[in-house]
Amino acid sequence: MKVTVRFFASVKEQLGRELEEIEVPAGISTVGGLRAHLRARGGRWAEVLAETRRVTAAVNQDMVKPGAAIKPGDEVAFFPPVTGG
Amino acid sequence: MKILVQREDFDVSLEIKALSKNPGIGAVASFVGLVREVAMTLEHYPGMTENSIRKIAEEARSRWQVIDCTVIHRYGDLRPNDQIVLVAVASAHRGEAFAACEFIMDYLKTRAPFWKKEHAAEGSRWVEAKSSDDDAAERWRLRQGATKP
Repeated sequence: MKVTVRFFASVKEQLGRELEEIEVPAGISTVGGLRAHLRARGGRWAEVLAETRRVTAAVNQDMVKPGAAIKPGDEVAFFPPVTGG
Repeated sequence: MKILVQREDFDVSLEIKALSKNPGIGAVASFVGLVREVAMTLEHYPGMTENSIRKIAEEARSRWQVIDCTVIHRYGDLRPNDQIVLVAVASAHRGEAFAACEFIMDYLKTRAPFWKKEHAAEGSRWVEAKSSDDDAAERWRLRQGATKP
């Protein structure tokens, strides 16, 4: 399935990427699974999306836990903890 | 309910005046957040930002007797002393207005997708999220029910 992945703030800067269409391999059905898939690219991806790093995920613009399901056409986003206000 | 995410500054007195039209309103509580000391750039997630603030304001309306509210949050480049955010809540009585205003602000801090990057003389850096902000939002969850009218 294909999903759109967006990155924000420090995550965006460190990955040098803002937006990407990703073909998610069969067998990956959650946000956490997608994050692990991206981490497996190695290099900066492994570092920025490391399990020890606090990275928040959103699916279709709603913050979710790593176990949240993803489906074709979803907009998934990864970003650091928010600091507005 | 008025939710705005904008680059431009806002006029607090005009916003409060606009919010106070309903004759049932006896109290307006407002909070204004300012840039402290260091210039910054605020990034946000267009679309999600507005939706998340709307959800937070709706949650406040379900908990307290909120007649109306206005939330304005700026993004882009801001200098020391610039206004960042306005939360204004109109209610019949002050207790409800104060509580709902604080609730919206506490939740906004941990749920609305904004990120601050500070520009100091020695360089720029992303502001780290504070666990005290999580704690501030969490206490409302724990208090749920207790504060309901």
